[in-house]
This record gives sequence, structure tokens and C-alpha cells, in this order.
Amino acid sequence: MATMRNARPSGLGSKLPVLVKALAGAVAGATMALSAAVHAAPSTAEVNTTNLAVTDDKVTVGILHSVTGTMAISETGSVQAEKLAIEQINAMGGVLGRQIEYIQEDGASDWPTFAEKSRKLLVNDKVAAVFGCWTSASRKAVLPVFEQYNGMLYYPTFYEGLEQSPNVIYTGQEATQQILAGIDWVVKTKGAKSFYLLGSDYIWPRTSNKIARKHIEKLGLKVVGEDYYPLGHTQFNSIINKFKLKKPDVIFASVVGGSNVAFYKQLKAAGIDMTKEKPLVLTISVTEDEILGIGGENIEGAYASMKYFQSLTNDNNKAFVKAFKERWGDDIVIGDVTQAAYLGPWLWKAAVEKAGSFDIDKVREASPGIELTSAPEGYVKIHPNHHLWSKTRIGNAKTDGQYEIVYETPELIEPDPFPEGYQ
Amino acid sequence: MSYTGLRSLLPKNDLLSFGVLALLLVVILPLSLDIFRLNLIGKYLTYAFVALGLVLCWGYGGILSLGQGVFFGLGGYAMAMFLKLEASSPENTAIQSTPGIPDFMDWNQLTELPWFWEPFHSLGFTIIAIVLVPSVFAYIIGVAMFKRRVGGVYFAIITQAVAAILTILIIGQQGYTGGVNGITDLRTLNGWDIRTDGAKYFFYFLCVFLLFVCLLIAQFVRKSKLGRLLVAMREMEDRVRFSGYDVSNFKIFVFCLGSAFAAIGGAMFTLQVGFMSPTFVGIVPSIEMVIFCAVGGRLSIIGAVYGTLVVNWAKTSFSESFPELWLFAMGALFIAVVMAFPNGLAGLYKKYGEPLLLRVIDKVKAGRGGLGGDLNSKGVVHERQ
Repeated sequence: MATMRNARPSGLGSKLPVLVKALAGAVAGATMALSAAVHAAPSTAEVNTTNLAVTDDKVTVGILHSVTGTMAISETGSVQAEKLAIEQINAMGGVLGRQIEYIQEDGASDWPTFAEKSRKLLVNDKVAAVFGCWTSASRKAVLPVFEQYNGMLYYPTFYEGLEQSPNVIYTGQEATQQILAGIDWVVKTKGAKSFYLLGSDYIWPRTSNKIARKHIEKLGLKVVGEDYYPLGHTQFNSIINKFKLKKPDVIFASVVGGSNVAFYKQLKAAGIDMTKEKPLVLTISVTEDEILGIGGENIEGAYASMKYFQSLTNDNNKAFVKAFKERWGDDIVIGDVTQAAYLGPWLWKAAVEKAGSFDIDKVREASPGIELTSAPEGYVKIHPNHHLWSKTRIGNAKTDGQYEIVYETPELIEPDPFPEGYQ
Repeated sequence: MSYTGLRSLLPKNDLLSFGVLALLLVVILPLSLDIFRLNLIGKYLTYAFVALGLVLCWGYGGILSLGQGVFFGLGGYAMAMFLKLEASSPENTAIQSTPGIPDFMDWNQLTELPWFWEPFHSLGFTIIAIVLVPSVFAYIIGVAMFKRRVGGVYFAIITQAVAAILTILIIGQQGYTGGVNGITDLRTLNGWDIRTDGAKYFFYFLCVFLLFVCLLIAQFVRKSKLGRLLVAMREMEDRVRFSGYDVSNFKIFVFCLGSAFAAIGGAMFTLQVGFMSPTFVGIVPSIEMVIFCAVGGRLSIIGAVYGTLVVNWAKTSFSESFPELWLFAMGALFIAVVMAFPNGLAGLYKKYGEPLLLRVIDKVKAGRGGLGGDLNSKGVVHERQ
């Protein structure tokens, strides 16, 4: 590491705006007032040896999500969260005395476009970090670009694992962090014995169900069925009949996107009352964002296994929800991925300050061990494998579209993108 | 080809537009753009192959195919399969439960390479397959349709259905095809890193070269008896049939030719962009490619190239400047083009650009002839129709 001058207990460097006033001085450098920060900040030649878009008072980052196309509805929350975090960081004096500017690009729900735009951000704009991508397909499309041009991507979505790139920090949970604790909980507290696995047909549900099946079978329990439907599928009557025939204790669902609306409505219409928990529905794909489309009354009683729910009552989250609503409107909801996206700029800031440099290699080196005590989900820490330590929580869906949290793991769960015995 | 043969293939006005395009693609753009933008132009040019095929099929033959993405995709996937096998050497994939097979197969619990992937270990086979597989596929569709005299709207609908079917097949069989993600993370071609700037320049010029080969083939078809028959068929199919021609064979030929062009474009796309995904096979991209052709002018093979470049350039720059509004701007562009210039850019050029250019050239030549002797007076045959 080139300089430890700016290193400090990294949690401190990333407090949320509630504490802005108290901590502003500490963040901008122990003695600096905000106005003086620019002049006293370390020189650009020192913090930027690789020709990134860093000047004496500015640093440019990229935001790369779909704001048009089918994924726009899911990704908009992430864009809002990232912008909010950047604005809050700027209000606190920025990073190494530099205000963050962002260049936003639209991936247009189209994977090749993601690749094109990421290349533009890295090669032309020379951004110091990119916050972006949502679907696994878009991440897979940009990954070779980030590795070739040595960029740094903060990827917010819970995903299937099986990946560990030196050029990505995964701020969402990998599959085992979301699934194992959820299944353990439903077995222990609800006495579940049989499971039906259902998902949209692509890599994330398939991998998730593979892990779920292995875990269920390890526990000596039974998987009575496993089915996949194409993305965007809206006819779930046949699978609902199979549920009625096989009578599983738990329906383990990883249906994504618009298909969710059809699935839960048809489930309800077929007379399956989820509040009776026979069968119990456990989903790993429905956040508060999706419930907006599904309608709270259609999914009431289902359980979700996530790391974050808007209804978390810790102080960090209260401040986050308040700031988010002030910035983006009162009727907005915040889902798991939105919160993970919010972590991106803060984790990057902490790593840059620990490294004392914007250089990608130094930020990468500084990243493992970065903690965020101010995270809305509580506390997170970057593992050497570039994923986050985080808790798993179980929420029970209510008619108002929020989850009531019924369980959380006592300890942080270690990220394990290549789980032994689950492949 | 003899001088007169060349002249009849490329009369003066066509020679001029070929020359201007060559100047633009070979000299002006590479000199004025950085490698990132040039690589983007290279990517756009791969769609121009498709648009070129559409000019022949639709503009000349009157066969509107809304499924050209299928052939673009087949060519692209063939290339991607070769590159993916090379990227999945046992050393690179040591972390998998079955090293040596592509990563997505491993995720989908396949333990050995499917039989139809095996031949793609060979580059020679791959290059042949890129052209042959889509052509044969087009031939089968063509025979099934045209021999039964299915045409017009019905043909367009069926090609759409084929595009939809192939997309569903690719997405559904993700263990064999990579599914929605496509085939990603392609690295080398016979050990040569395709991600370097040098490789990007090489592929750009290769792409331009192949595009000109295809343009010359298209020009040859256009100027030959076949081209005139195609136009005749488009205008009055029965009359051509009564004159003793087997109409369906011509249609099948031009459809196969169009799909072979599209497949070459697809393969070049994979090489320049570094991956292939089912987003290029479906209905939406297929229709987009028809739009490129329409904007360029569906009767002009050169126009197809410009149309593709203009639309894609607009797409990129609108979306860079207005990430949330760019789709509206694109919509407005299409409506404006269709309303104001039904013959596309080529129509505009024919009406205003070409007469002006020819006049300028004549003037220059006349001036030079007067000053320094008769350089090429025989060449200046005034053949304006």
C-alpha cells in the first residue's frame, strides 16, 4: 500500500448523514473544514497513478443500469440508491477531498448494450468505479470488459455465486447466504418435511435450487418436485395443480420479474391461502419492489429469505429510509437489492480512503476487511473473496406490501461463492 | 474481370458511391476515431451485412424476412462455440467439477461435451459452418415456403415464428447453449488474444473487407439478369412464372444469399464484441435490422450500410446523452424518416447528393482536361439515366 496516511478505522469513514455534522471533520481529514478540503487533499498525482478520471477536486464514477426496457422497473431502485449515496458522500466532503461526479449510462435491459456501455465508461470516461448491473446475464456480459481494462464494479444483486472476480465487489448475497438459513429456519420452526422447487428458467434459479436440493437432502428431507418456466411466463395453473397433487409442506419459489404477478395471483385464485401456511411459500425473489406489482393482498402470508427488509428497525435503517423518501418521494419502497446498491459507493469510499488512492489495484488490495457499521442492514464486512458477510432474515409478507421480520440469523454468514458439496 | 466487365458491374455513379464508402470506412473513420469508437463502428458494420441481405431479399426480391436475426445468430453462435471451447481449456476451468467444458455446461450439471460441440474444436470446420449452416437452414425454410408459393405477409410471419422458436430453444436449453446469458468470456482465437487493441483494428479492417466482398456480390446480383428477374418477380410474379421461369428457385437463392451475409455479420460480431447472446436471434433485433435497411433505403445496397451506421450511431449517442429519454428520440427518428423520406437516405442522396457530386466531378475533369491534356476522356461516359 502506497500510503497509510489516510487510513483510519474504516467504519468511521462511512457514517451516514445523520451523523454528518458530527463526523464531517473526521471524514474530510482531521482538521479540515469542508471549504478547505480541496486544497488540503492529497495531490492528484499521488492518488491517481493510472490515469483515471480524477482531478484536484473531482472524481468521476459510472452508474450502469437499465433505465429502459423490461428490467427498468427492478433497476430503478438501484440507480436511486446509488445516486443518494453519492450525494450524501459529497455532502460530507467527498472522497479524499474530491466531489464525486457520475456518468450514468443505460444498459437498456440488453446484455450487449451493457458490454458496450461498460467499455465506454472504462476506456473513454476512465471512471474510478462503476456501480451497476442487475441480472446475471448483464454481469456476465461486462465481466470480461472489467477484467480486460481493470475496472472496479460494485454489483448489488443477490445472485447464484460460482464467481469471484478481482474486478467485482459483490454487495448482494451469493446463493448460500440466502438459501441455507432460510431452509434451516423453515425446517426448525415450521417442521417442514417436503419441498417443491419452482423457478424461472435461467442460471440463478437453477443454481439456487441445486443448492436448496442438496441442502434439503442432506437434512434427510424430500424434494417432491422441481420445475422451471421461461422468463415472462404467466400461466402457472398446471404447476398449481401439481402442488395440490403432491402436497408439499413448502413451495420454494425463485420466480422473477413480471411472472411473479401472475404466479401469486393465480395461487390465490386457486384457493391456496398463504396465511394458513399449508403449503408455506418461501421465496428468495420477491422484495418489496416486486410486491408493488403483485399487490400486498395477493402475497399476504408468504415468507421471504433476504438480507434486508425496509421494515428493519435499527437506527441506520431508519435514517436511510427517511433520507431515501425525502430524496425520491414518500410512496417509494426499498427492497433488498436497493439497499445493497446503496452500500456500493460507501464501500468504495471506505476502500479508497483506506488505500489512500483511487488506483484500482490499491482499492482492490484495500477492500478485504472493509467494514460498514453504518449499513442499513446493520453491519457488513468485505470478505477476501469480494463478497459481503451478512445476515439472513426471514420476513412475512403483509397486506401493506411490507415484510414483518420474524427471524434473523444471530451471526453474520460467511460468503461462500463456491460451496463445497453443493456443486 | 476485364475493364468493360468491371465498368458494367460498377458504372460511374456506383463506382463513386463505393469509393466514397471505402474512403470513409478505410481512411477517414480509422484516422479520426479512437479504438473504442472504431470498435463500435465495427460492431454496427456487422449489422450492415444483414441489412445488405435484406436489400436483396426485400428491396429487390420483395421477400420481407422478419427473422434475419436467426441467421445472424447462427453465424455468431458458431463462432462463439469455437472461441468458447478454446477459452475452456482444462487449465482455465480447473475450478469446475468437470474441467475442460464451457463454464455454463458445468453449472448445468453436464459432465461431458455434447456431440454437436465437438467439431467446433476445429477453426476450419467453424468457418465453413458459419456460412453453410445458416444457408442450409435458409434453404430448408425457402424450399418449404417458396415451393408452396407462400409469400408476402405469410412468409414474414413464418420467419418471425422461426426467430421466436430459436430464441426459446436457445434459452430453454441453457446447458447446451448458455441460455439467456449467452456464450460469454471469449478470449483467444488460435492462441491469439482477441481483446487487444491490435486485434480490434485487425477485426475492423477484416470486417470492412468482408463487407466490400459482400457488397460486390450484391452488386453483381443486382446488375445481372438475376437482379432484373428479382425486380420483375417483385412487381409481377405471375408474369415471370408464365414466361417460363421457376420463380421459387430465384427466391430461394436470394434468401440463402441474404442469410449467408447475415451469418458472416454474426461471426464478425462475436469476434469484435466478445460474446454472443440470444438477444440477437429474436424478433425485436430482426425487426430492427429491417429498420436499418429501410432508413438506408431498401433499394440501395450502399444505403443499407449508411442506414445501419446512422441508426446505430444515433442510438449510441442519444443513449449516452439522454439515458432515460433516448428511446423516444429513436422513435421520432424512425417516424421522421418514414414520413419524410420513404426511400431512405439513398433516396435523398439520389435526389440531391448525386447530381451535385457528378456535376462537381465533371467540372473538375473538364477543367483539368482543358489544362493538362486528355487524361481519361474515354472513361467519362455520361450514362445518367
